[in-house]
Amino acid sequence: MYSETVTELSSSLRQRKFSATELTRSLLERINAAQPVLNAFVSIESERALAEAAAADRLLASGNAPPLTGVPIAHKDLFCTAGSRTTCGSRMLANFVSPYDATVVARLRAAGTVMLGKTNMDEFAMGSSNETSFFGPVRNPWDPSRVPGGSSGGSAAAVAARLIPAATGTDTGGSIRQPAALCGVTGLKATYGRVSRYGMVAFASSLDQAGVIARSAEDCALLLGAIAGFDPCDSTSVDLPVPDYRAVLDHPLRGLRVGLLKEFFGKGLDPAVEASVRTALEVLRGQGALLQEVSLPSLPLSVPTYYVVAPAECSSNLARFDGVRFGHRCENPRDLKDLYERSRGEGFGAEVKRRVMTGTYVLSAGYYDAYYLKAQRVRALIAEDFRRAFSEVDVLISPTTPTPAFEIGAKMNDPVTMYLNDIYTIGANLAGLPAASVPCGFADGLPIGMQIIGAHFGEERILNVAHRYQRETDWHQRAPKEYR
Amino acid sequence: MSLTRHDIDNIAHLARLALTEAEIPVYIDSLSRIIELVGELDHAATTGVTPMSHPLPGQTQRQRADAVTEVDRHELYQRNAPQAMAGLYLVPKVIE
Repeated sequence: MYSETVTELSSSLRQRKFSATELTRSLLERINAAQPVLNAFVSIESERALAEAAAADRLLASGNAPPLTGVPIAHKDLFCTAGSRTTCGSRMLANFVSPYDATVVARLRAAGTVMLGKTNMDEFAMGSSNETSFFGPVRNPWDPSRVPGGSSGGSAAAVAARLIPAATGTDTGGSIRQPAALCGVTGLKATYGRVSRYGMVAFASSLDQAGVIARSAEDCALLLGAIAGFDPCDSTSVDLPVPDYRAVLDHPLRGLRVGLLKEFFGKGLDPAVEASVRTALEVLRGQGALLQEVSLPSLPLSVPTYYVVAPAECSSNLARFDGVRFGHRCENPRDLKDLYERSRGEGFGAEVKRRVMTGTYVLSAGYYDAYYLKAQRVRALIAEDFRRAFSEVDVLISPTTPTPAFEIGAKMNDPVTMYLNDIYTIGANLAGLPAASVPCGFADGLPIGMQIIGAHFGEERILNVAHRYQRETDWHQRAPKEYR
Repeated sequence: MSLTRHDIDNIAHLARLALTEAEIPVYIDSLSRIIELVGELDHAATTGVTPMSHPLPGQTQRQRADAVTEVDRHELYQRNAPQAMAGLYLVPKVIE
């Protein structure tokens, strides 16, 4: 059961090959067995999951079940789930019980999915290795001495280890694509505004976007269809019809214009990663795609731009954690200022404090123009580079990360080196573009990801390219030895 | 550019963050390196470029009618409060 994809499970459950309850029990066992090694979950919701599975079985018996009925799912612990804990990987929210469901959670529930738990993540989604979680690091199922990537590292590790067929994620600078690449699974971040952010704990509001992590592009298409679409509760949600993302998956690639992101095939790129991505490009060429190199001259500035914009927005969003209305509160505050300062000082971990302070600095009097306005101008240049590129090509392709998964602890003392891990993924967030990572090979037993970036609302095209690639290759079907 | 102890104290105060003595040198070092990284933006030619205000071209923030849409759920919300009593959030005395 555990090796089936969402698409396969949906059909097996309907044909009553096994019940949703049997499936849920079996996966809960796997999750509990893997937890001491991988630490992929913050909360395992056994009771709730079995109740939802029993309801799914009744619905399946009635013959009126929506397509995802009984399909197990896990949510990144940044999505509010009514009545259960939402910690965002932080001591600040360690005891926070969501009063309502995020729209993504509500939509997947309405589609019939059964939630098995909440996945571990970098604290407040700030990190590229899952080491900043208050609940301890997540380990990579391909090699437990290595990171799974972050911030949606628990979701990616759980999907890779066949603990769950799919999980939700969020992506502010690469937090779906980078862990998907390092864990050998398929991850898609939607266009800004495509998926509602209502009920997602905010990090950087002009960059945050939801998405899914699964084992195939086909599964991502199915799940994206369930979560995308207008939501009046999110003022940045865009009111455009949601296509059937599965309808065009098999569309032939003949004549597809593929741009190779020139700036991302240079210095700092691991030769094994480059070789795998170039081989993958040949697979697309073999299907009739036309390859051309495309240059985006402002793109190398995406890391410094991001590390002004994201911390600035983070310092503003995280101002709500005051020790008064919810979240951690210090013991015996002397006065209100002491209450604020110690509650925040104790409740936030080192990386979150670093970003709050960076953001506070770049927004402070005398520096706003030099840093924040300057970054928003460079951001406009980067977005313009992408706009120009998409007038010439249909998709842009690059490696997802410069290297495969690194050792736990290797970059924790050097934030700037850690930040450079997201060098290839940040651009899509700055420009609000959809992008996916697809498994395309291995280096010394560690997975490698290929990034496919599309034009605004171009998810269909990205999924089409990813699916056609996955029809020709089997990288996405490989499982870590211990979890086969 | 290198930040000083005074800078970090000031930033921590503005951000309402209590730092321990052990944290201060760590943040002096790492924030200085981050400011150096973002300093690369100085070299970008941006004269006449309008700062980006929305990730999607042509989009503006949607507004809703000025109408009451929420129901009163303060009891549910206050279950997450560290200290609440009689529907009120409790904080240390502000005015002596």
